[in-house]
Amino acid sequence: MANVTLRNVRKTYPGGFEAIKGVNVDVADGQFCVLVGPSGCGKSTLLRMVAGLETVSGGEIDIGGRVVNQVEPADRDIAMVFQNYALYPHMSVFNNMAYGLRNRGMKEAEVKTRVDEAARVLELTPMLERKPRQLSGGQRQRVAMGRAIVRQPKVFLFDEPLSNLDAKLRIAMRVEIRKLQRRLSTTSIYVTHDQLEAMTLADILVVMNGGQVEQFGNPLAIYEKPATTFVASFIGAPPMNLMSMRADEIKSQIGNSGDAGILGIRPEDFVITDQTPAGGVALPLTVEAIERVGAETFIYGSRKQDEQRIAANPGELPPGEVIVRIPGSEAPPIGQKIRVAAVRAKLHLFSDDGRTRIEA
Amino acid sequence: MVEEEGFRRYVAHAILWIGIAIVAFPVYIAIVASTQDNALIANGQMSLLPGGHFFEVYYQTIFVGTSGSTREPVGNMMLNSLVMALLIAVGKIAISIISAYAIVYFRFPFRMPIFWIIFITLMLPVEVRIYPTYKIVADLHMLDSYAGLALPLIASATATLLFRQFFMTVPDELLEASRIDGAGPLRFFWDTLLPLSRTNMAALFVILFILGWNQYLWPLLITTRDDMQTIQVGIRKMITTTDALTEWPVVMATAVLAMLPPVFVVVAMQRLFVRGLVETEK
Repeated sequence: MANVTLRNVRKTYPGGFEAIKGVNVDVADGQFCVLVGPSGCGKSTLLRMVAGLETVSGGEIDIGGRVVNQVEPADRDIAMVFQNYALYPHMSVFNNMAYGLRNRGMKEAEVKTRVDEAARVLELTPMLERKPRQLSGGQRQRVAMGRAIVRQPKVFLFDEPLSNLDAKLRIAMRVEIRKLQRRLSTTSIYVTHDQLEAMTLADILVVMNGGQVEQFGNPLAIYEKPATTFVASFIGAPPMNLMSMRADEIKSQIGNSGDAGILGIRPEDFVITDQTPAGGVALPLTVEAIERVGAETFIYGSRKQDEQRIAANPGELPPGEVIVRIPGSEAPPIGQKIRVAAVRAKLHLFSDDGRTRIEA
Repeated sequence: MVEEEGFRRYVAHAILWIGIAIVAFPVYIAIVASTQDNALIANGQMSLLPGGHFFEVYYQTIFVGTSGSTREPVGNMMLNSLVMALLIAVGKIAISIISAYAIVYFRFPFRMPIFWIIFITLMLPVEVRIYPTYKIVADLHMLDSYAGLALPLIASATATLLFRQFFMTVPDELLEASRIDGAGPLRFFWDTLLPLSRTNMAALFVILFILGWNQYLWPLLITTRDDMQTIQVGIRKMITTTDALTEWPVVMATAVLAMLPPVFVVVAMQRLFVRGLVETEK
């Protein structure tokens, strides 16, 4: 059991490319920390630095009160689950799990006890003598997890462990990972690009972009109060609607909005109504497209008036387009003009460059 | 496959049979001739059916040798060839898998120049560098020895290249997982890389064993003693006799015997060999 602290961690590649530009994260003992961000944001690099598979160019990585910058991966007391599982193809499931223990000179009886216990927890007992190629994707995934838990390490590291599984299995394994981590209460760091996985697994969520931490904290707190427009559009699906406030129509509706230049409203915070809530925002829309998913419906509407560009972010909508989420499957027909509104408490205000959240 | 009808099919099969006959007939002749009486062959009256001297000819060949040109029993020649071929095959695999491991998994100064030097030796087979190689082997007093027979043929770029290509397809995560599991470079090599290379090693072994077994020029040059002769050189010497009749049955028996070990190696390792050539499991 240990906490993991990253102090101003940097990574610069020999070519001069700065992959990690000074990251500070503190994961308390037993917490489940999820690093999330678009591809190329440095989240995997950061995880591999914690594992000791990448050298650290600057700052300190502290595991359980010991700075491990120069410590070999095997001596950091961590275990890692890889995206492609990285099982030893020529070894049986049992040997795959036992390998790390034997390398540490553990007695064979103890090895057997631990592997059997892990196999029982992961329901791998009937497969212990099989080779990895005889297993399905989900089973391989569980073997990879088993290899990590038999070690009883201080920290689990997960590098997008579910991205090779199909959608259904991914959800099942996600729940299993969470349950397992709760029971073992081992500090964990988990990398994913899937914001849903991030939201559901994390005790603390670290949203990364361009080698920096955009925001970290409780996932719901991040969802409710995103610190930047990047976080706003990355966390939550479909993404938050971001609108320039230079259009006088919106600005005058909100009234006191400080220096805010960008307004964000989540699709689920809109209602179709003719009324305008006090201090809230109402938008006239033309319905462009409808997506029905059963329990809810997404309406894609256009505003036309406002064509001004907002800083480009992943998942961002084209200017002037707004997504509205309504429950059920009743929706206005395409082409119809509707009016949607959101109350004051559901508005998110950001500075012009999108880098600061404004509470007004 | 398109199903051919009647006549066309017989023609196709006939052509295939002719092909097989062309390949197999000389082998058949060798086997038949090795069971006949030498006088009959010398008269040009050799029968195409096996003769009755099988046991005596093979006994003489293996344990006595020809009575004239070489007095060396073929059994001993086969032993020499076997030792040489095994040394070459095993030595080449051992040397090249280690050098490929170094080149793929370690960062050291002049890594790429060293790789290119190894690569360039591809263009220099024994026949090209035969003078300097002979000089070195002679200076090291390795003439007429197994070491002299095998060593110059062991260092090999082809096998190194093959292992390099294979190692580069092994996912990096396996190395990383090994590092986290506490396996150092030697452990990783021994526990993971070697077992994964098994089929590749088998395929190479087959190719290299046959290559070593069939060496002619090099053993001819550096062996002078009869008891160090390899079978390929021995056959040649049996045929050219100065004043006596060539003992064809013995020559043919030797040829048949010379074919056996490569055939045995191929048959025994066929499954691994084919898998080694098409293998993708990693």
